[in-house]
Amino acid sequence: MRPFAYTRAADVAAAVAEVGSDPGSEYLAGGTTEVDMLRIGVARPRRVVDINDLPISGIEELPGGGVRLGGLARMSDAAAHPAVRGRFPVLAQALEKGASAQLRNMASMGGNLMQRVRCAYFRDGGAACNKRAPGSGCAALGGVDRGHAVLGTSEHCIATHPSDAAVALTALDATVHLRGRAGERSIALDDFFLLPGDTPEREHPIEHGELITAIEIPASEEARTSHYLKVRDRESYEFALASAAVALLVEDGRVARVRIGLGGVATKPWRARRAEAALAGAPAERASYERAAAEELAAAVPRRMNAFKIELARRTMVRALETTASLGARGGTG
Amino acid sequence: MTPRVGRARIPGQAAREEGTAAGPRTGDLGPGPAEIELAVNGTARRLRVEPRVSLLDALREHLGVTGPKKGCDQGACGACTVWVDGRRVLGCLTLAVACEGREVTTVEGLADGDGLHPMQQAFLANDAFQCGYCTPGQLMSAVALLEEGHASDDAEIAEWMSGNICRCAAYPNIRAAIRQVRDGGGGDRP
Repeated sequence: MRPFAYTRAADVAAAVAEVGSDPGSEYLAGGTTEVDMLRIGVARPRRVVDINDLPISGIEELPGGGVRLGGLARMSDAAAHPAVRGRFPVLAQALEKGASAQLRNMASMGGNLMQRVRCAYFRDGGAACNKRAPGSGCAALGGVDRGHAVLGTSEHCIATHPSDAAVALTALDATVHLRGRAGERSIALDDFFLLPGDTPEREHPIEHGELITAIEIPASEEARTSHYLKVRDRESYEFALASAAVALLVEDGRVARVRIGLGGVATKPWRARRAEAALAGAPAERASYERAAAEELAAAVPRRMNAFKIELARRTMVRALETTASLGARGGTG
Repeated sequence: MTPRVGRARIPGQAAREEGTAAGPRTGDLGPGPAEIELAVNGTARRLRVEPRVSLLDALREHLGVTGPKKGCDQGACGACTVWVDGRRVLGCLTLAVACEGREVTTVEGLADGDGLHPMQQAFLANDAFQCGYCTPGQLMSAVALLEEGHASDDAEIAEWMSGNICRCAAYPNIRAAIRQVRDGGGGDRP
């Protein structure tokens, strides 16, 4: 690990000023990605600014049924919060299916959104990687690509976004609140993640030093009947091969409202808008779900070893829809 | 990396009276070695470390607290599990400097002198290890697991212990030990 300096920020304004004014400074929150990246030399700051003392770790119930998660709220605390469990079960489930209990105690919600990809070539300083070293190429193209994405890829990057929580948050239409040197602003979660295109090194539409102060989830009726299904190589403590976050409201046997996120198969937390459009007003039954899933995956691009993910994602989405529909039919809240 | 410092235990009160690290720190530390103070198992310890030194390396290499083990050093195995402010975390993905002002507890802090913690007794009674390398981390997770209330059945125990890998695969016996303590059979220490 290369040497770096350390400072602990006392308040949000100071933290934003310290990092925003210095391209060589990076934030340190839970450290579960950052310390790993420092150790393997992919992150090479001259200084880390520890933000763990900042007063942005609270979880607040909003009037009307929403929830505001502080940027430094830990994954474990967000998952355990009664308002999250009751109003947004899909998020609680996605959080608890991510990483391990120890990592969830450390990792912050803001850091979860900012975590880096798990592509082995991104993490290997000797491999070509357009994300780590723009213009160097992509060793994953034609390489070991079993875990890589089939949606949202480009000829420059096919790395899968690893977050579970962000998949639920995109289905829940969450908003990311930021504080930068120029002030505060908000970005819809779906817009917070950029497709790789020809600039895979740029993952978020934010400036250096902008800090995630909160993630806000708006109230929604269908979110109370929501579910996260994660399929992986082992039962626990593993990234998704495919996952689906579903919020579904069925009325008179038809899909009244539905929101779907896909994980493990795309270069960003994937909002399945084609599937949602196909389901609008459709009979709440398996045939509709299969048609919608096929529609969403129609644009998928298979690589050498990951073609199975297309069928796996279809089936994952269909099962998640069936499970969520059955929760609604029982009148349960997950 | 950095020069080793003395291993003598510094009583917490004495160290605090000298008072270099008690208040909030201002300004940058490092990148060279800097003196910090860590509260480890209830004792204030002074050490000189670079900011890049992990909590795990600070404990093992600088303070001689070798209970926490280095398995993967990348957050995948759980052998380095310790508690910071009472919550189980990974020492390998935590910077030592970031633990100033927080309470660090390692497996050495579980026992009361020669009196083993009930979970330690239950691990012995249930043969819950073979090589023992992952055991300090398993113990720190297992005790935390019960406090978190995530041990209602074997499936829940397995899920919430999944961050601690045991290559000897002592998992059934680890679960048995946890069940025993959960059900009040681990020993007489509260």
